Amino acid sequence: MSGTFIGMPKFQTAAKEALGNSQQRRNLQHATGTIRGKRARVVEELDNWEELRQAGAAIKDNVLTHLDTYLVQLEESLTRAGATVHWAADAEEANRIVTSLVRATGAEEVVKVKSMATQEIGLNEALEEAGIHAWETDLAELIVQLGHDKPSHILVPAIHRNRAEIREIFLREMGQVGTPPPGGLTSDPRELAEAARVHLREKFLRAKVAISGANFAIAETGTLVVVESEGNGRMCLTLPETLISVVGIEKVLPRLEDLEVFMQLLPRSSTGERMNPYTSTWTGITPGDGPQDVHVVLLDNGRTDALADRVGRQALRCIRCSACLNVCPVYQRVGGHSYGSVYPGPIGAILNPQLRGTASDVDQSLPYASSLCGACGDVCPVNIEIPELLVHLRTRVVDEHRGGIPSGEQIAMKGAAWMFADHRRWEKAQKGAELSGRALGKKDTIGRLPGPLSAWSDARDAPTPPTESFRSWWKREKGDQP
Amino acid sequence: MRPVQSTRDDMLARITAALVGADRTPPPEREYGATTPLPDIAVTFAERVEDYRAVVERVAPDGIPAAVAAALSLATRVVIPPGLPREWVATLDGVEVVADQGDLSSDELDRFDAVVTAAAVGIAVTGTIVLDHGPDQGRRALSLVPDVHVCVVHESQLVGDVPESIAPLRDAIDAGRPLTWISGPSATSDIELERVEGVHGPRTLHVLLVGTDHPLPPA
Repeated sequence: MSGTFIGMPKFQTAAKEALGNSQQRRNLQHATGTIRGKRARVVEELDNWEELRQAGAAIKDNVLTHLDTYLVQLEESLTRAGATVHWAADAEEANRIVTSLVRATGAEEVVKVKSMATQEIGLNEALEEAGIHAWETDLAELIVQLGHDKPSHILVPAIHRNRAEIREIFLREMGQVGTPPPGGLTSDPRELAEAARVHLREKFLRAKVAISGANFAIAETGTLVVVESEGNGRMCLTLPETLISVVGIEKVLPRLEDLEVFMQLLPRSSTGERMNPYTSTWTGITPGDGPQDVHVVLLDNGRTDALADRVGRQALRCIRCSACLNVCPVYQRVGGHSYGSVYPGPIGAILNPQLRGTASDVDQSLPYASSLCGACGDVCPVNIEIPELLVHLRTRVVDEHRGGIPSGEQIAMKGAAWMFADHRRWEKAQKGAELSGRALGKKDTIGRLPGPLSAWSDARDAPTPPTESFRSWWKREKGDQP
Repeated sequence: MRPVQSTRDDMLARITAALVGADRTPPPEREYGATTPLPDIAVTFAERVEDYRAVVERVAPDGIPAAVAAALSLATRVVIPPGLPREWVATLDGVEVVADQGDLSSDELDRFDAVVTAAAVGIAVTGTIVLDHGPDQGRRALSLVPDVHVCVVHESQLVGDVPESIAPLRDAIDAGRPLTWISGPSATSDIELERVEGVHGPRTLHVLLVGTDHPLPPA
């Protein structure tokens, strides 16, 4: 998938490192806590939230099980409205199409609206290789780009950075690629946003080509929809002459009326607002208004593989709101980079292995990046049963490893099953644990275990066993009382 | 010889193959519950727009020119859409008013302080104004580049919630026109989740809500 994340370590290794970054943990704790509170308040306002979720899920299921029909309809509507439709099987093909479209305009730079699909295919890197500069215009994406960093959250990609870090990045980098920040820049968010405004306005006003994604694509009318806050989306979608939109094939909605469901679900779930500041829709070309050369690239890149999985298919309902990230106790502590992908958090843990397959270490480890507490499934605005899918994917990973030499974990689990099967064996095992607990003395955690056991202990701070088990304490204190 | 399959045909074939044996779910019935009726949608709309730190004023139809003039007291150059009722800006004193003929470049638009437009629909529950870019609202760039947006919404254009807003917007979509949904001024929460108004769009949104029972006495 993305070039950005190639070579990322598996989740357990990356998470261990992230846990040691206390600054990031503080930033994340604050940000996810704030957004959880806002979301809860605006969802509470609606007395039909459950019905909306059901409707959202039902519309998406209808789309997915008729995807061939709706995509052909979307293509017809778009073409009728004056847009040119391209089909891309994978990242490489999509990047090739976009690069050649930009080259045909003669432009050496493009402005970009924040888009998960273009991150997924590593478009910026592909354009850079072709000598075309891609400027991210969403404030958070700008922070990530200027910081030579990777996004760590679907909605707020720079969530792991605080204001002081952002100020440093602006002071160090802005002047090298355009308008520098004003002298005396403080870390007040207002001043930082103003510096971004001035820096980017110059780029908006001269841009000839823009690249976007789309939140929704309406089959019946050929209308594309982009939901945003800052107005950078409106700038990109309106001012340049050429507009290229990379759209995942699962983004189709059958009818215009379907928007009424998602325009209620998405803003409330994502930023915790009743409505996001700006939503733009466009239907091909409008003479005298906006880009007169409009292209839409319909992207597969693993989506048809996910579609073929009867249980996993529902992951394609995802509308990229990121509510599951903000409630996830795991994400909240380890941050987005540990997931080794542009899709972090619970949705990333099920979406990545489905889009990319489970061949790599990262994708094999992701279904385990969860406590299975269920909070992600509860907040999902389109009812994706994320915990169920995590278990489904764990099964897939285990099945793929069946046969051959049993792993250390498999042997340990067999042993544990034998031990749990009989209470006498269990009590004996507890005695053993008590002894090792006493042997470890005052240490809180076990630390690094030797040999193959280190694979287990390296990703965990396992507490040392108690010096006395509950069962033996009860026997000592209460004798044989029931 | 078999014909070479295009990516398009290949993708469609993969989808069809993926769905073999799938339960092809029918389009859902729209049964997600009625929303609670609002006692006064104009009041809710005004409150919700204000929640975004936009300015909302309720005015009588003959009060529009004075309210527009007051909202533009700091502006010296104002752009208007070609179909904006001229009487709305007739009383502006010492302000250069330019009606867009579609030939202003982005740079030229950047040199205006403010824009005055009408709207197509107002959504009360979410505090949203929808522009369908008809002649009294102009092309999209007009209400985007200048820093102040004065928007005139009539109470007759208000609907309760998002579902009711779609039907009145369908004609514009079918005619190939774009839509812009505006809920407060441009804003970002990208720095520590702290909301900051004013990034790339207009930093000031001034809504004049026109009804026959108004103006309300000043607070």
